[in-house]
Amino acid sequence: MKAGSNLEKVLTSGHFAITGELGPPRGANADVVRKKAEFLRDKVDSINITDNQTSVVRMSSIAVSRIVIEMGLEPNAQMTCRDRNRIAIQSDLLGASALGIKNVLCLSGDHNKFGDHPQCKNVFDLDSMQLIMTLKHMRDEGKVLGGQELDGVPKFFIGAAANPFGDPFDFRVTRLAKKVEAGVDFVQTQCIYNMDKFRTFMKQAVDQGLTEKFHMLAGITPLKSLGMARYMAKFVPGLEVPDYYLKRLQGVEKKKQADEGIKIAVEQIQEMKETPGVAGVHLMAIEWEHRSPEIIEAAGLLPRPKLD
Amino acid sequence: MRLNYPPNVRIVAVPCTGRVDMIHLLRAIEQGADGVYVAGCMEGECHFVSGNLKARRRVEAVKKLLREIGIEPERVEMFNVSASDGPRFAAVAREMTERVRGLGPSPLAKDHPLDLHLQAVG
Amino acid sequence: MVIAERKPIEEILAMVADFKKVLLVGCKGCVTVCCAGGTKEVGILGSALRIARKKAGNPLALVEHTLERQCDPEYIEQLAPMLENGEFDAVLSMACSVGPQFIAKRYLKQVFPALNTTFIGGSLEHGVWAEFCQSCGNCIIHNFGGLCPISRCSKSLMNGPCGGSSGGKCEVSNEIDCVWQLIYDRMTALGQVDRMRKIFPIKDWSTSRDGGPRKITREDLKL
Ligand code: SF4
Ligand code: SF4
Repeated sequence: MKAGSNLEKVLTSGHFAITGELGPPRGANADVVRKKAEFLRDKVDSINITDNQTSVVRMSSIAVSRIVIEMGLEPNAQMTCRDRNRIAIQSDLLGASALGIKNVLCLSGDHNKFGDHPQCKNVFDLDSMQLIMTLKHMRDEGKVLGGQELDGVPKFFIGAAANPFGDPFDFRVTRLAKKVEAGVDFVQTQCIYNMDKFRTFMKQAVDQGLTEKFHMLAGITPLKSLGMARYMAKFVPGLEVPDYYLKRLQGVEKKKQADEGIKIAVEQIQEMKETPGVAGVHLMAIEWEHRSPEIIEAAGLLPRPKLD
Repeated sequence: MRLNYPPNVRIVAVPCTGRVDMIHLLRAIEQGADGVYVAGCMEGECHFVSGNLKARRRVEAVKKLLREIGIEPERVEMFNVSASDGPRFAAVAREMTERVRGLGPSPLAKDHPLDLHLQAVG
Repeated sequence: MVIAERKPIEEILAMVADFKKVLLVGCKGCVTVCCAGGTKEVGILGSALRIARKKAGNPLALVEHTLERQCDPEYIEQLAPMLENGEFDAVLSMACSVGPQFIAKRYLKQVFPALNTTFIGGSLEHGVWAEFCQSCGNCIIHNFGGLCPISRCSKSLMNGPCGGSSGGKCEVSNEIDCVWQLIYDRMTALGQVDRMRKIFPIKDWSTSRDGGPRKITREDLKL
C-alpha cells in the first residue's frame, strides 16, 4: 500500500470503484459541505473535493477534505498549479497529510480568466506533470524538491486527470503515458459521452500496457436536460455529445429529461464496467449530489465494499 | 472648366491621397480649420492601387482620436471623387461646408468664430 | 523587440492636467518599429493633446522631440538643454518604460509614461503584433520545436497540451492558437514527435524575474 486510502484498497483488491465529487461552497458555511457529503455516504469510495473550480473562490479543498474526514468519509483533495508556487504546494501537501488526507488529484487548473477574479496574477510554477512528480518525490524519497529530508513523510495515493477528447487526439495516450511515468496511481477522466472515441483511446492505453501501471476511472456526468447537453457540447472544449444522446433527450417531454439523463448515465456506467482497462467510474453530478445515490444504485454498484 | 465651389474651402494638393497622413488632418484641426476632408479617387481607381483605401482608414483613425478628445469626428471626412468629375467635386465641397456650418465653428478657432474654414486635401 | 501601445488619451490628459509646459519625447527604437512612440506617433499625440487642452480653454505648450533611443543614457543626455532651464515642467515619454525611468533618473522633473509596455514580440502582419517571449532568462525553446510554451501557452505548461486544447485553439480564447498544438505539428513535421514522450523537468525560475531584478555585466565591453 502506498497510502492505504480506501480508494487504493478498493482498486488494488480488484473491485470496480466509484468516486463522487463535491464542489465546496462560496462561503464559510461548513453545513453546506456536510449536507452535500451526506448524500454520498456509503455510496462512493472516495469524494473528490474541487480546488477553486473554474477559478471561482470557494472554501479551501483541504479544509473541506478535513470536514469530510470528520464525517467518517474519504476525500480526494484536488490541487491545482494555478494559485500556488512550489513552496505553497509542498507546504499544503504536508498539512493535508497531517490532517489525514490520503488521496490527492494533481491538476494544472482552469485558467483564471474564466473565474470571478480574472484580474489576478496566476502562478503555474509547476505544471500538472511536474506536480505529480513532486508528490511522488515527497512520498518515495521523503524529501522536498529542494532536497531537505522530511520529518514525517506524506503518504499519498496520487491521482491525475486526463481528457481523452482534447486535441491533438493522437497525442492523448502519450500524454497519459507521461503521467504514468511521472508516478500517477490513478487517473480520472473528463466526462465521457462519445463512447466510441473513448474505447479507441482505452484500446491504445491497454495495448501499450499502461493500464497495468495505474487505475483508470472513467468520468461520467449525468445530463440534466437537453439544454445542458447542448451547452456542454458547444462550450466545453473537446467535449462531444453524440447525436444519439441528444435525440434521446429530445424524444422525451421536458419534465422527463432529467430521468432520461440518469438512465443514460446508468447505461454508460454499465458499458464502462465492460470496457477493458477501466477500473471504475468517477461520477461528477455537478450540483446534483442528491441524485447520485439513485444512479449508483441503478448501476448495480451498491453496496460498496468495506475493506480494512 | 470653372468650378463653382464655396470660397471658404482651401485646397491642398497631394499626388495621391495615399500620401495623406493622420498628422496632416490633425494639424489642420489644430490650426483652426473647422473641418477637413480628403477627396480621393474612386475606390478601385487609385493609380497607386490602394492609396485612397489607406487614406480612408487614416481618416477613420483621426475620427476615433477626435472622438476621444471631444471634437466632433464629423469635422473630418473621406470622399471619393473621380478626377474628371468637376460637378461632384463642387457638390462634395458644398456638402462638407453645410455639414460643418451645422456643427458650428471649431472650438479651436476662437479668433475667427464666424469664418468657415475647410480644407480639402487631394 | 519590445511591443508597446499608447495609453488612452483620456488617461494621458489626466496625467498632465496640472502642467502647462510639457516636453513630449519619442524614441526611434522598438516603439518606432511597432508604431507606438516614434516621430510620427509623437506628432499625432502632441497634436491631439494640444487640441484637447485648447478646447478646454487651458492651452498646453507642448514641444515634440524624438531621441535616437531612450534606453541609453547617452541619448537621454541630449535633453539637457531643454530640461535644465525651467522651460518645461513635465516630461511625457513615448518610449518603452525604460525611457521615462532613465529621464527621471537624469532630470529632476515629473515624468509620465505615455505608453503601456506590453510584451516582447514580433509582427504577424502589418498592424498586428503577438507575444513570443517572456524573458525567462534561460531559453528552452529548442526542446519544443523552437516554439516558446512559457510565453505562448496560457498556462506556461511545459508538458502540454492541457485537456482544453481544441481544434488548434486554446481553451482561454479562440483568438489564441494553442502553442502545444503548434509544437506537436512542428515536432511531427520534423520527425521528432517521439521527443515529446520525455517529461520536461521542473524549471528553474531563478533566471527569470522571480530571482529579483536582473542585470547583465559584460566585462569585455566595459570601458
Ligand atoms: S523559453 Fe524563455 S527566453 Fe526562450 S522564448 Fe520562452 S520565455 Fe523567452
Ligand atoms: S489549450 Fe494549449 S495554449 Fe491553452 S492552456 Fe492548454 S496547452 Fe496551453
